[in-house]
Amino acid sequence: MIEDAITARYDTLIVGAGPAGLTAAASLAEKGLRVAVIDEQVAPGGQIYRAVGASPLPERSILGDDYWHGETLVRRFARSGATLLAQTTVWQVDRLEQDGLRVAVSCAGETRLLFASQLLLATGAQERPVPVPGWTRPGVMTVGAAQVLLKTTGAVPQSATVLAGCGPLLWLYAAQVLRAGGRIDALLDTTPRLQKRSAARHLFDFLRSDYLLKGLSLMAEVRRGVKVIAGVASFAATGGVDGPATAVEYTLQDRTRGHLPVDTLLIHQGVVPNVNLSNALGCTHEWNERQCCWQPVVDEWLQSSHADVFIAGDGCGIGGARAAEAQGELAALQIAHRAGGCSAAQRDAAAGDVRRALTRALRGRAFFETLYRPSDAMRIPAGDTLVCRCEEVSAQQVVDAARVGCSGPNQLKAFLRCGMGPCQGRLCGITVGELLARENGLAMHEVGYYTLRFPTKPLSLAEIAALPSTEAGERAVVTA
Amino acid sequence: MFCISTEAARPFGKAALSFEFEGEPVAAFEGQTVAQALVAANRGACRTMPVSGSARAPYCLMGVCFDCLVTIDGRQNQQACLAPVRADMRVTMQRGERLLDIDIDDEKEVRHD
Repeated sequence: MIEDAITARYDTLIVGAGPAGLTAAASLAEKGLRVAVIDEQVAPGGQIYRAVGASPLPERSILGDDYWHGETLVRRFARSGATLLAQTTVWQVDRLEQDGLRVAVSCAGETRLLFASQLLLATGAQERPVPVPGWTRPGVMTVGAAQVLLKTTGAVPQSATVLAGCGPLLWLYAAQVLRAGGRIDALLDTTPRLQKRSAARHLFDFLRSDYLLKGLSLMAEVRRGVKVIAGVASFAATGGVDGPATAVEYTLQDRTRGHLPVDTLLIHQGVVPNVNLSNALGCTHEWNERQCCWQPVVDEWLQSSHADVFIAGDGCGIGGARAAEAQGELAALQIAHRAGGCSAAQRDAAAGDVRRALTRALRGRAFFETLYRPSDAMRIPAGDTLVCRCEEVSAQQVVDAARVGCSGPNQLKAFLRCGMGPCQGRLCGITVGELLARENGLAMHEVGYYTLRFPTKPLSLAEIAALPSTEAGERAVVTA
Repeated sequence: MFCISTEAARPFGKAALSFEFEGEPVAAFEGQTVAQALVAANRGACRTMPVSGSARAPYCLMGVCFDCLVTIDGRQNQQACLAPVRADMRVTMQRGERLLDIDIDDEKEVRHD
């Protein structure tokens, strides 16, 4: 499918076929722009609407109405005439000296160059690292991973299973498993109790939001079928040397200890923006203290610090699927305006309703962002606990490096290879930053984040060698 | 242990197929990725680490963590969570770091340091 796409330049390229990317693509295509969406998965929907067009679950109440809303987005996208480049990975983006961007992609081992005048990153969220002892053992997966398995395959846990962590997804997934006839032995809730008080000042907006009723009924549904253990201060996946997890051991805030046998331990501490592309592109980022994550700086039209690069959806700050949809629409209006497809007056007129939808979607989130802010113990590990899963670097090694003068995450690469494995810091970057900040007594903006470089995904030499290396070569490929 | 929920799911409207993992057949259906099929079949570890040699299984299923690296039909370092299953594909564990294949036909392999 890339074959015919390659000969064309696009007005806009979009990375990510979740709610932000699909909405923006449909909106731009409807305005007459030539647009393609690049996504690693086989079908559109992103992680939130994964497999929405091909669900193995005929009973719609299992995943719930919020999931099936994705069908509306996929249908609009399919009708719009926008192109989907599925199973395709972006690994490099260059902003060209003359106008425009060049995007290198890989599909089934073949590389291609695509060109566009504007780029929208809609790369969404990834789950926050959960650096607890034993989190690398087979049998330990993220709650998000288990939910992907449910959405795509209809598979649920059927043997000893414990959920541990905090955040809305924990409760949503638990409810979905119960509805699908699966088994969950216990939910270990690490939500810090004190945060209920600080969250209370955001209560008014939460009470007026859609989240209140949904949240309460979900938690009640889970409590009817699952033993909920609240006030968990810490937990670890244990088992034989380097073997699969066979138990989860936990300590409550009152220091009581407990353990449960497991075949499957599903962990979760919320989601954070996927910043690898925006970081490698050199977009300005800022630390979000309430959400404990880095996010790119964007303006009211989702325009990044580079005028031709837009970032919408959870990739520019966690706001959820409905907010992502509204942001995709707003970005599309500004992209179309910059491309000469609509006047400033038309853009502003269309934006009114979208901004109201965005406000509605974000209302109440401050409450549960504060309530579900992962505790320090869950974010900042100690001792032998692995921080960098790829290069197997422990928290103590990072602390020791800081004590002998390592000043920041980039220098740490030279000390420990931390962040230099195939995941390129995706599962250690935030943790490493917070460890160094605490050890050196610095603020997160002073510590910073890894400087990421293209390629943002590992490539084979053959894939790089297949690329045209000269201007003339590129022209030959583009016009072939 | 994960099982297809017989109460809830009807994935078998899609074509059933079988592929090979470590020399043994794994049941799957069209549209699944290799990692989904391995987790649903409870196959446990899919790779060992280059540093300590410890075993890993799929962790994020979203293309982020790279713990599901496997060798597919001779191609090493493939993210199993992004690779759709195909009938008769041969999947083996990625053991440690990838090896540099000099000449696959002669089965000569040189350790890449």
